Amino acid sequence: MSTQILMPALSPTMEEGKLAKWLVKEGDEVHSGDILAEIETDKATMEFEAVDEGRIGKLLVAEGTEGVKVNAPIAELITEGGENEAQPVAAVSAPAPVAAPKEEAKAAAPTPVAKAALIEPAVPDGTEMVPTTVREALRDAMAEEMRRDPDVFLMGEEVAQYQGAYKVSQGLLDEFGPKRVIDTPITEHGFAGLGVGAGFAGLKPIVEFMTWNFAMQAIDQIINSAAKTRYMSGGQMGCSIVFRGPNGAAARVAAQHSQDYSSWYAHIPGIKVIAPYFAADAKGLLKAAIRDPNPVIFLENEIVYGRTFPVPKLDDFVLPIGKARVIRPGKDVTLVSYSMGVALILEAAEELAKEGIDAELIDLRTLRPLDTDTVIASVKKTNRIVTVEQDWPVCSIGSEIAAQVVEKAFDYLDAPPARVNGKDVPMPYAHNLEKLALPTVEDVVAAAKAVCYRS
Amino acid sequence: MRNRSTLSLRIPQPKQRPGDKPDFSAIAIPPAGALERPATDASHRDLIPYAYSMIRVLNDDHKAVGAWNPRLDPAALIKGLRDMVLTRAFDDRMVRVQRQGKISFYVKSTGEEATAVAFAHALEKDDMCFPSYRQQGFLIARGCPLIQMMCQCFSNARDPMKGRQLPVLYSFREFGYFTISGNLGTQAPQAVGWAMASAYKSDDRIAVSFIGEGTTAEGDFHHALNFAAVYRAPVILNVVNNQWAISSFSGMAGGDETTFASRAIGYGLPGLRVDGNDFLAVYAAAQWAAERARSNHGATVIELFTYRAEGHSTSDDPSRYRPSDEWRAWPLGDPIERLKNHLIAIGAWSEKQHQALIEEAVTLVRETQRETESIGTLADGSRAPMPTMFEDVLAEMPWHIAQQKKMAGA
Repeated sequence: MSTQILMPALSPTMEEGKLAKWLVKEGDEVHSGDILAEIETDKATMEFEAVDEGRIGKLLVAEGTEGVKVNAPIAELITEGGENEAQPVAAVSAPAPVAAPKEEAKAAAPTPVAKAALIEPAVPDGTEMVPTTVREALRDAMAEEMRRDPDVFLMGEEVAQYQGAYKVSQGLLDEFGPKRVIDTPITEHGFAGLGVGAGFAGLKPIVEFMTWNFAMQAIDQIINSAAKTRYMSGGQMGCSIVFRGPNGAAARVAAQHSQDYSSWYAHIPGIKVIAPYFAADAKGLLKAAIRDPNPVIFLENEIVYGRTFPVPKLDDFVLPIGKARVIRPGKDVTLVSYSMGVALILEAAEELAKEGIDAELIDLRTLRPLDTDTVIASVKKTNRIVTVEQDWPVCSIGSEIAAQVVEKAFDYLDAPPARVNGKDVPMPYAHNLEKLALPTVEDVVAAAKAVCYRS
Repeated sequence: MRNRSTLSLRIPQPKQRPGDKPDFSAIAIPPAGALERPATDASHRDLIPYAYSMIRVLNDDHKAVGAWNPRLDPAALIKGLRDMVLTRAFDDRMVRVQRQGKISFYVKSTGEEATAVAFAHALEKDDMCFPSYRQQGFLIARGCPLIQMMCQCFSNARDPMKGRQLPVLYSFREFGYFTISGNLGTQAPQAVGWAMASAYKSDDRIAVSFIGEGTTAEGDFHHALNFAAVYRAPVILNVVNNQWAISSFSGMAGGDETTFASRAIGYGLPGLRVDGNDFLAVYAAAQWAAERARSNHGATVIELFTYRAEGHSTSDDPSRYRPSDEWRAWPLGDPIERLKNHLIAIGAWSEKQHQALIEEAVTLVRETQRETESIGTLADGSRAPMPTMFEDVLAEMPWHIAQQKKMAGA
């Protein structure tokens, strides 16, 4: 009898990977623990072991194939007279949640609205749109700026040889060499300080934090030195520097690796804070951040790295910092979000449309300076607002928007502003609890209906 | 029942507290001229003894002796002496001004003038300094006009920093003097980053940072040493060991166990321990480290062994935590007296000339104060105009700050 060997998930966030190399051929006998193949993901190359013994039947996926979906059959295994014929062999060596991918895949798939979303009025008619992952868009932005300006360089842990812990810096070492793509010792505080010093020397460092969680160690250099020195020196000494990396919750990485720092940094004068969702915004805004003469905090999202969106094929696509974007016009309620939350409002709008509620969607993109004008204009039209974010509720971006709306458009409001946030607890590890801790589409729909006085 | 000894917790204590007789006999001071001057490309392994000894040039007879003697001509020595005397006169005057309530705060560098002044003399004018808050001598040696420094302390309309920083936390781009951080130690990794950027640009300028021995307890210091070694950065990382971090004696930062220069060893860097009250020794060590950095042989850690003669700042009373006459018992003496005596010993100076130099410095400072006060003080006079408080947050003014400025009536 034969069973199927399935494409393994090497991490909770993996959706697909490359079958880099078969280490067995058809007809080979294999034992438990034998290495069958090498699988490459955006993060790593892993060896994939056999769980059961048997003889390799047909290889269903040729080596070198990219984009093999998790749990897709990749080979047949012929075993001796087992009785559970229908049971597929889950040949997964990593302790990945085989049961989870269903929800993962659902959460990760770009919605049709996202694909159809407007890009930017500035893009000329007829511009070719190229499907691009957010990861590639970020890499392209850095590569283009590094080609353009020899003062730009990238430093951080694992950015060079390993091509980035999340593979954002793929190919940069090859193109720019080790003096411009610099692997550092493991100390965020240390290399943030180094970057700040290099910035004061006139270079334009891009400092990658493997995740923003680790950058708490560096916050003194970011805030007390990078953000304040221009002011303290009476304008004599400024620092052009980008601090970037994934922010917020990924999946199954618990309290210390899931924190959203949006409102922390948005609180501080002397820096700019950007948190894009779409690939085009990631590219255009990262390019703008690198050229900006100020320190810029660039908050990415691990889950979003692998999502594909259209990016305009233009030689130099730079977007303005500090401008929100209406990604879908509507008349009944304004839904405002940024980063990962944009996925929620896109889906919620579909649900609300089914119930006859026409939502206007705003992607803030920049959190400091905040484009309140766009939000206020929308509220004056819809008279209702719901803010959506993964960050905790207390002193959040949603809190700030609610305050601004109440100050500037109070007479236009038909309902109190509503906030949808993560639960006010450290992120739990267990999948069910993690899901409960994060805001959902249902939460957004319920909040939108509540401000529309619909239940 | 169990045959184990009980544990006891050690709390380090200085040897003397107020009322005790000062005693520095435990400090080993090798004779001047005892150490060889190694090649500036020597392996850090061969330099290990320099972290535990002490580079000294001026001997008890006021002669410059040994291989480390930088052989400066009398004119250069007199310039160094003048800068130290002027620094002391400036410090003395500013403390009096603080006591009169005309400024809020001040930090003196009395007793350790040579560490900053001699260092500045040994470097090129455009080498970048990442100072701590006790290197005003460095600025004075680089020719920063006293009026600019004083206006900063008075925070008046001509304060180049526009009323944004505490007195003494200077920033002078023109004099290669980085904005002083009140958060300790940040300047050390920044100096390393600046130096790496200079190397990346194939420039020839090096960076130098100063921190106190207390700040070596900060992570920044260790990050800086590690990065400086890993990337062989053209930087000099100074530890001014003036024995006291406010009321905490150097043992609180680990000075009882080892020297601060020896911190370099674990990182594979050379560490030099230098008589910080010996102008010539500081100059020679700085010159050696600068040459090593400039020829791509990497960073050096220098412990400048000195004594903080006054309080940490105008906010503390040192007689509450140490014998008040410790400074007079300090075995390495006063850097100004030692250089003066050397110049007299070589026939290039006299007591009379020295008195005249002091008077000249005191007069210059007094006149500068008069001019500064005519512009404004903490109490009255012209100050930075209100609208300027909204400037320089970013390179350009974002809409929300422009709005705040407007709402403030500007």
